[in-house]
Amino acid sequence: MSGIPLYAQLINLFAAILLLLAFAMLTQRRVLSLVNLFAAQGFALAVSTAIVAFGTHQPHLYWSAGLTLLLKVVLLPWLLHRLIDRLDVKWDVEGLINIPTTMLIGIVLVVFSFNLAYPISQLASTVTRATLGIAIASVMLSFLMMITRRKALPQVIGFLAMENGLLFAATSATYGMPMVVELGIGLDVLVGMLILGVFFFQIREQFDSLDLKHLEKLREGE
Amino acid sequence: MTLSGFASQLLQLAIALALAPILVGWVNQCRAWLANKSAPPLLLPYRTIRKLFAKDAVVAEGASPIFRVTPYIVFGAMCCAAAIVPSLATDLPFARAADAIALVGLFALARVFGALAAMDIGTAFGSLGARREMFIGFLAEPALLMVLFTASLISGSTSLPTIVDTLAHRELAIYPSLAFAGVAFTMVSLAENARIPVDNPATHLELTMIHEAMILEYSARHLALIEWAAALKLFNYSCIGLALFFPIGIAAAGGGATAMLGAAVILIGKLALGGFLLAVIETLSAKMRIFRAPEFLGTAFLLAVLAMLVNQLLGS
Repeated sequence: MSGIPLYAQLINLFAAILLLLAFAMLTQRRVLSLVNLFAAQGFALAVSTAIVAFGTHQPHLYWSAGLTLLLKVVLLPWLLHRLIDRLDVKWDVEGLINIPTTMLIGIVLVVFSFNLAYPISQLASTVTRATLGIAIASVMLSFLMMITRRKALPQVIGFLAMENGLLFAATSATYGMPMVVELGIGLDVLVGMLILGVFFFQIREQFDSLDLKHLEKLREGE
Repeated sequence: MTLSGFASQLLQLAIALALAPILVGWVNQCRAWLANKSAPPLLLPYRTIRKLFAKDAVVAEGASPIFRVTPYIVFGAMCCAAAIVPSLATDLPFARAADAIALVGLFALARVFGALAAMDIGTAFGSLGARREMFIGFLAEPALLMVLFTASLISGSTSLPTIVDTLAHRELAIYPSLAFAGVAFTMVSLAENARIPVDNPATHLELTMIHEAMILEYSARHLALIEWAAALKLFNYSCIGLALFFPIGIAAAGGGATAMLGAAVILIGKLALGGFLLAVIETLSAKMRIFRAPEFLGTAFLLAVLAMLVNQLLGS
């Protein structure tokens, strides 16, 4: 691994931390810790984006890092915390599958995505191409989190974490997306979060719970 | 086999045997300080061992020879391990006989005999402890192997002295994989040495003890050997961790006596720090329910596998 400049090593380090945090979220039982882990993942993403910007002299990535910091570390966790307070849902989240099994499935997913990314990263010319596998893996792990969780809030956090992974993939494969696209995605996530927040209240009013299995029934009284 | 290699081998084994009880005493002292209690003397484990050697051994009725030979086998396995692990120097003639995988095998041998002896007597506690020990062991062992494989992948060899040589003399670079492996190794060591999140070394409460339940029937010299072997196990694990993740200060081949002495001083410093950290971990965490142990060790396994995968992805 010697011969790689220091900033690339730092990016690799933060990529590894990102993956670790994705696993931590996958296995986390408590909603509050889940939100904090999500904020930490956003922070790792922002720092690694800033390092890429510094190392490769791509000033527009600073904006992306700043946007990530503002949205993912400050605004969305704050909204989520408020939502948890209002809905009073500090319960433990039980997954559909037990945690060691989830971890094993997660490892299989990581192996799969590393293999998937290998030929793609051979084509890319960026310094950060090796981290593409990690980006795909964290998208997959967020997917898995959405699948294995029963309650609405962890699923939404999984959705948001997936967006983290996508942004990281964009940064590592092509040094980020055009500013317009990034702004669009950022606003989309924010608006999506607001709408889902309203949804939560509706769901709870209807079913007295945020368990999504109630939504599987199409009609009342069947 | 050169003479200096032989000398360093003997010196290392002697230092391991002498320091292991002191390390246990030091960890106990730190734990007492952190809990705001007056600390037991540093040399208390030594006194316990001396006291136990002076007593007459009592062996339960119906004990088979396995029960009698187990303390010697366990102690012997831990001594072998102490001779293989490069704690002071990497110029160890004996270490070429066994690599990292054989080292894990040595630990497994000690564990299997401990469990057999515990079940041999036929008391309820013995078999309960043996079952729990094997339960923890079968979860911890793959994680330990994965940690060692990660280090082997980085250095291209499973021989411990070569691994440590490579890691000590590499260019300064950030290895995320080594950081993951380090955390995984810490978790495995806590579980394997019957430390607090998994087992409490100070308890004799029936429902929670694991290691203590297995050795309840031993007395006198047998118990002394088992206690000493447990101390050696802790020492060995600490030395593996220090050698893999903080290899600074280990004497290289052909360093001579002064290098060995310098390495010994540095090792004592590192062990004192490591023991203090262990006491901090034990003080800060609560003992888990035994059914949470798979999750704990599963996390260790996950970290170790991630370390290996990340090393493959980023390190190539």
